[in-house]
Amino acid sequence: MNTIAKLFLVAAVAASTLAAVSLLGRRTEPTPVERGRYLVHTTGCNDCHTPWHMGPQGPEPDMSRLLSGHPADFELAPLPPASPGWMMHAAPTNTAWAGPWGVSFTANLTPDKATGLGTWTVDEFVAAIRTGRHQGRGRQILPPMPAPAYAQMTDADLQAMFAYLQTIPAIANKVPEPLPPQ
Amino acid sequence: MTPPRPSHHLPPRRAARATARFALAAMLAACSGGRTWTEAPPRLADTGLYADAATRTVAVDAIPFEPQYPLWTDGAAKRRWISLPPGTAVDARDVDDWQFPVGTRLWKQFTFATGVETRFLARRADGSWLYASYVRTPDGRDDVLAPATGVRQFCATANGRSHDVPSHADCRLCHENGRSPVLGFSALQLSGDRDPLAPNAVPPAAGALDLAGFVARGLVQNLPAAHRATPPRIAARTPTERAALGYLHGNCASCHNASGPLERLGLRLDYPLAAGGTAPAIASTLGVASRFTRGGATQRVAAGDPEHSVLFARVTADDPVTQMPPFGRHLVDATATNLIARWIREDLAATGPSPSQPLSSRQD
Ligand code: HEC
Ligand code: HEC
Ligand code: HEC
Repeated sequence: MNTIAKLFLVAAVAASTLAAVSLLGRRTEPTPVERGRYLVHTTGCNDCHTPWHMGPQGPEPDMSRLLSGHPADFELAPLPPASPGWMMHAAPTNTAWAGPWGVSFTANLTPDKATGLGTWTVDEFVAAIRTGRHQGRGRQILPPMPAPAYAQMTDADLQAMFAYLQTIPAIANKVPEPLPPQ
Repeated sequence: MTPPRPSHHLPPRRAARATARFALAAMLAACSGGRTWTEAPPRLADTGLYADAATRTVAVDAIPFEPQYPLWTDGAAKRRWISLPPGTAVDARDVDDWQFPVGTRLWKQFTFATGVETRFLARRADGSWLYASYVRTPDGRDDVLAPATGVRQFCATANGRSHDVPSHADCRLCHENGRSPVLGFSALQLSGDRDPLAPNAVPPAAGALDLAGFVARGLVQNLPAAHRATPPRIAARTPTERAALGYLHGNCASCHNASGPLERLGLRLDYPLAAGGTAPAIASTLGVASRFTRGGATQRVAAGDPEHSVLFARVTADDPVTQMPPFGRHLVDATATNLIARWIREDLAATGPSPSQPLSSRQD
């Protein structure tokens, strides 16, 4: 082979390697929304933010109300008396909890503008998880929201979760304010 | 401080200017105790507050001041000082948004029966602010840097409650939520026309300067002529209303204003001197539906009816879910509670300008 032909071969190999690498890169690199969907569905958000109903296999999240928080129309039964042997009681929807902090209700994470995260900015979302403060600047976010655990996620992952949450169906549901301890 | 980039990147004249600017910033930093405030010093004495730390004699360049509408912090007695680098001044051109020179230092000391906390703010060369807090050691001899995460239950106050030293994140939530991070050193707060009904206000300490005093010393410059001629004052229908608007401005406006991240809530409790007309704290509350509701209270302020006003409920609450401000206090401010009840009952009775607005139209 003459020099020109050798050079041509080297260039061709290099180009095809580059193309293969970039193709591979494209296949393994999910978009933020895909990454966010993966994270939201593997880190337990549905367990608490999607109201539960009685399914054929027993209680399970009602995916038709995906991540819409504690249902505003749900009638809470009177609280059981406090007992030193148990710390926390959950409503049948798994969206309301009574404990020493009072009663907390899971937030509506759908992009509904008036009642969900529709008017939140990504910075507010990240700040809420990072600081553990309501909207990133108010009262302490109450248990059992695992904000201290999620606060250890990277900015990119938190931003990805927010990006995904903004794409799910908006559901109007005005979650009540938490109740102070008795 | 990082020196400017090597000058071969810049044409010679600009490089010379950049170097001169850097030298100036470095000189200013040197004047403020030779520090650039990238990190908080380990002891209060290292911030330059004291001429003699052993006797706690305050340095002459730390000038006392006393905002007329102080923040309620569970009854703490407070003292405050400001120090500007020599030859510099606060630019008061925008009466509601003063600009502070690089090297400005401010201190605020909280004294409780059982402990002393001193907070410190310093402006860095890049324009950002350093936040730090120093706590008095149990033997009373020294004031040492508190951790950036704050100190929960630092000292007992009353009713079995205690004072928390805020985390630096919490300092920022109050101080960086509006226009200027400096909250109590402003035209309204320093005005010589002091409000006799302002809750928790104390007479200025010996040697303290007011607005006219700072202007006379050349430390506050470019204050609009109208405010130089007449000290600023809240325009209100009654003395009660004047004090109530002032209290909300001093205690709530750091978060509830028109420029911070909470703007979306549409609740304004600030009192801007540059604006005329109905005070925002009335326009955005009286007869306006509240997003947060509690019991029978659904409007931020229900005309003449404090018991059905969310604003009142949140000022009188001391549970962590309901209370306002959401942190920075654990005890209810009884003087302010009475003042605000009187204001809603007497001055805001049946004058409701706007009927309840639907939630949806207000929220976006
Ligand atoms: C174990 C139950 C639980 C799990 C799991 C959970 N949450 Fe929550 N979450 C809550 C509760 C309860 C609240 C309401 C807390 C309050 O009002 O202070 C809440 C509130 C929130 C809020 C509102 C914060 C604010 O500023 O008020 C957001 C945002 C949120 N959760 C996001 C998530 C995301 C994203 C996930 C999954 C990564 C998740 N949560 C998983 C229980 C949970
Ligand atoms: C709950 C809100 C809040 C928190 C938290 C808070 N501040 Fe402030 N701070 C204020 C307000 C309001 C003023 C002005 C009124 C006053 O001094 O009474 C002020 C005044 C000051 C001053 C005097 C200069 C000025 O801005 O008027 C300093 C210094 C200061 N704070 C430092 C800090 C530091 C450092 C932290 C955190 C360790 C902190 N503050 C936390 C609300 C807060
Ligand atoms: C550190 C920031 C901060 C300070 C200071 C603060 N607030 Fe708030 N406030 C919030 C946040 C965040 C919300 C929204 C979440 C909530 O309702 O708890 C809020 C909500 C409110 C609401 C409900 C408005 C609505 O429509 O739902 C009222 C009323 C209120 N604040 C009054 C006050 C008063 C009065 C003060 C001063 C005594 C004050 N706030 C000081 C952060 C603050």
